[in-house]
Amino acid sequence: MLEAEGIVKRFGGLVAVAGASLRVGRGEIVALIGPNGAGKTTLFSIVSGFETPDEGSVRFDGAEIAGLPPHAIAARGLVRTFQIVQPFAGLSVRENIAVGAHLHEASRRRALAAAEEVAARVGLADRLDQPAQALTIAGRKRLELARALATRPKLLLLDEVMAGLNPTEIDAIVAVVRAIRDSGITILLIEHVMEAVTRLAERVYVLSQGRIIAEGPPASVIANPAVIEAYLGHGAAARLEGASHA
Amino acid sequence: MSLLLPSIINGLTTGAIYALVALGLTLIYGVLHIINFAHGSLLMLALYAAFFAKTLLGLDPYAALPVLLLGFFALGYALQRWVIDWASHGRDQNILLVTLGLALVIDNLALFFWTSTTRTIDVPYAFEVVDLGVALVPLPRAIAFVGALVLAALLWALVGWTDLGKAIRAVAREKEGARLVGIRVEHIYAMSFGIGTACVAAAACLLLPTFYVTPQVGYAFVLVAFTTVVLGGMGSFLGALVGGLLLGVVEALCGLFLGESLGQIGIFALFILVLLLRPTGLFGARLA
Amino acid sequence: MRHWVFGAALVAALGVVPLVTSSEFWLTFFLMALLFALLGQSWNVLGGYGGQFSFGHALFFGLGAYATGILQVRHGVPAWPAAIAAIAIAAAVGAALGALVFRYRLRGSYFALVTLAFAEVARILVASFDYTGSGFGILIALAPGAGNFQFADRRVFYWLAWALVCLGCLVALWLERSRFGARLIAIRENEAAAQALGIDPLRTKTLALALSGAIAGVAGVLYMQIFLFADSHIAFGPTMSVEALLAPIIGGLGTAFGPLLGAILLHALGELARHATGGAPGLNLVLYGVLLIVMLRFLPDGITGLARRRARG
Repeated sequence: MLEAEGIVKRFGGLVAVAGASLRVGRGEIVALIGPNGAGKTTLFSIVSGFETPDEGSVRFDGAEIAGLPPHAIAARGLVRTFQIVQPFAGLSVRENIAVGAHLHEASRRRALAAAEEVAARVGLADRLDQPAQALTIAGRKRLELARALATRPKLLLLDEVMAGLNPTEIDAIVAVVRAIRDSGITILLIEHVMEAVTRLAERVYVLSQGRIIAEGPPASVIANPAVIEAYLGHGAAARLEGASHA
Repeated sequence: MSLLLPSIINGLTTGAIYALVALGLTLIYGVLHIINFAHGSLLMLALYAAFFAKTLLGLDPYAALPVLLLGFFALGYALQRWVIDWASHGRDQNILLVTLGLALVIDNLALFFWTSTTRTIDVPYAFEVVDLGVALVPLPRAIAFVGALVLAALLWALVGWTDLGKAIRAVAREKEGARLVGIRVEHIYAMSFGIGTACVAAAACLLLPTFYVTPQVGYAFVLVAFTTVVLGGMGSFLGALVGGLLLGVVEALCGLFLGESLGQIGIFALFILVLLLRPTGLFGARLA
Repeated sequence: MRHWVFGAALVAALGVVPLVTSSEFWLTFFLMALLFALLGQSWNVLGGYGGQFSFGHALFFGLGAYATGILQVRHGVPAWPAAIAAIAIAAAVGAALGALVFRYRLRGSYFALVTLAFAEVARILVASFDYTGSGFGILIALAPGAGNFQFADRRVFYWLAWALVCLGCLVALWLERSRFGARLIAIRENEAAAQALGIDPLRTKTLALALSGAIAGVAGVLYMQIFLFADSHIAFGPTMSVEALLAPIIGGLGTAFGPLLGAILLHALGELARHATGGAPGLNLVLYGVLLIVMLRFLPDGITGLARRRARG
């Protein structure tokens, strides 16, 4: 469904993404992990059209989308959320979600009705008339998810929807994300909460210094020495190995 | 051809004043990240101050310069601290509107008290000239040119080499970080606004001997100053200086080729083009 | 809900003014307030709902006034077609300007400055050519008659202005209840988030500027037909741009009736100032400036915002 090939992005002298490639198949939940500054969010921004890659191609449903503006990509069914939540602060929760619903729904009445349905799916049903700025962090993360969901996407890019949440809230979101996938929406997510990654994702890509250094099922990727080194520094895998033998 | 060189030199002397006005504006923008719409009105006020210093107190504009510098510094400090910051709740678009409100108040109070009469002063040196070989430059214009460059250099030194300058640069770059290390951000904001306003007072004193003052005069300058600042890159000192000189020349040449009234178009056209094509200015560097 | 009722009551009350009073003074007072309410609504569409603050709305007002005048005086076009054409021109210039400045991503203060610059360019150009009346302005010959869009009875103009203000309020109410409006408001609140949800900011903002330009053009046409005269300082001058933005900001940004409320309040204040000082120039603008600053401090959401806060308790 999504094929990103050889993506390169430079900011001045800094190479943020250095030839990364990844694929997401229809109906999958795929996670993109990696240490801070690895280029995960930049890669998301490229796939969703907020940045143009210097090299490489992004294909969605078989069509090239690199270089298209974000709204055109969203209209094709590839929608992202933001790591730093971006609510329409002055609007109510219902109005926020309705903006997403309007992508494929011209009628105001039906968009507002759709907003109610989506709110129920993510657990915001009792907050519909609150202003978005009154929500807690967990509430805002759900709102971010709800708005994207309301656009009826084919592929959702979720950028750290669990960061800053407590374990109970994470459990709730994990269930919501799984339900979204079960409704037929493919999911690519960036996540730092490893426990959630292992519970949700079928496949994991590890990005480090702009390159994909490992790919596979969560359990095998986490045990991969290259991955451990990327997170903990050079030689860490050997030290861990030594420690477990001692 | 014989008119071209004097026009350029004439433009450079005007441009030096533009640069001085723009330096104040760019300092305020660089630190507070706001566009001070009242900047031209403050210039108008300073021109009146210099005018009345001459006509009521007999004080030559050049002699009045240090006094006005201090007075307008205090005025700017107070305006930022107790009007702009007070009214805007720190919201960008509100700041723009508050400074617009200030401009309305200052301009129309001036109109109310001083009417729209055009006023000029008589100074004994008004018609003395400096012979540059290729052109004759009126002495006050030559003084304005040199004075503006000296003041620009002083401002540069102030921001670059003093403790106050260090604090200003810190606030310009990262105000929350500056607050954490104990810099009083509101104070630095007001200091910057005060210094920016003092620039306008200096420009007024240098300008008045060869210029006039009406309540509307600030409006003409504010757009020129915006253009200069945008042209030079918001927050860039060197940019404001070069931008101001360039603009003076552009205006002089447009005036030469298009006539007085259409000549003004040159500045606006340049302004629009720069905004559209190169909003970071010719010198993208920021104060920080 | 309560402020909606209040707005409707205000509009209804204004509708019966000519029936209640025959005083020329009051009729002119409310007529001018309506005219500036219309201009304020134009600004409100773009600035209040779209969050794009223009400092040069005189451009569209002036285009409306000048285009209708020039078409009639120089080309002999009948008044009504000339009016329609002038409104279309104002809308087209709005669309062209939007397509240009929004393509280059000018926002916030930059957008304010570039609109101001365009209005100034227009003012200087208009004052520079004989075709546009140079320094003298445009004067339409007096020829009362419905076919000439000139009415000897001031009440006709009054009700026309009133109907157009109603239409302006309906446009604003439509924005609050339509997909286009939802998109425009989403851009105001957060452009990146709006884009991520499939909204094309360039297209949406450009359409809003065209709509706003058309409404300001209507106000300009009406002004021209009422006074049969405009010059570059009146029509394209910065004071007009300031009047356009003050009414909605004082009355309540992004509300349907805010511009009307603001315009009436401002004109009442201006009239009081004129009486108190015996017609000294500029004092009304001093008051406007003070009011603007004080409002931003104490009522950043305008008067309607106050009513709404009360209603929410």
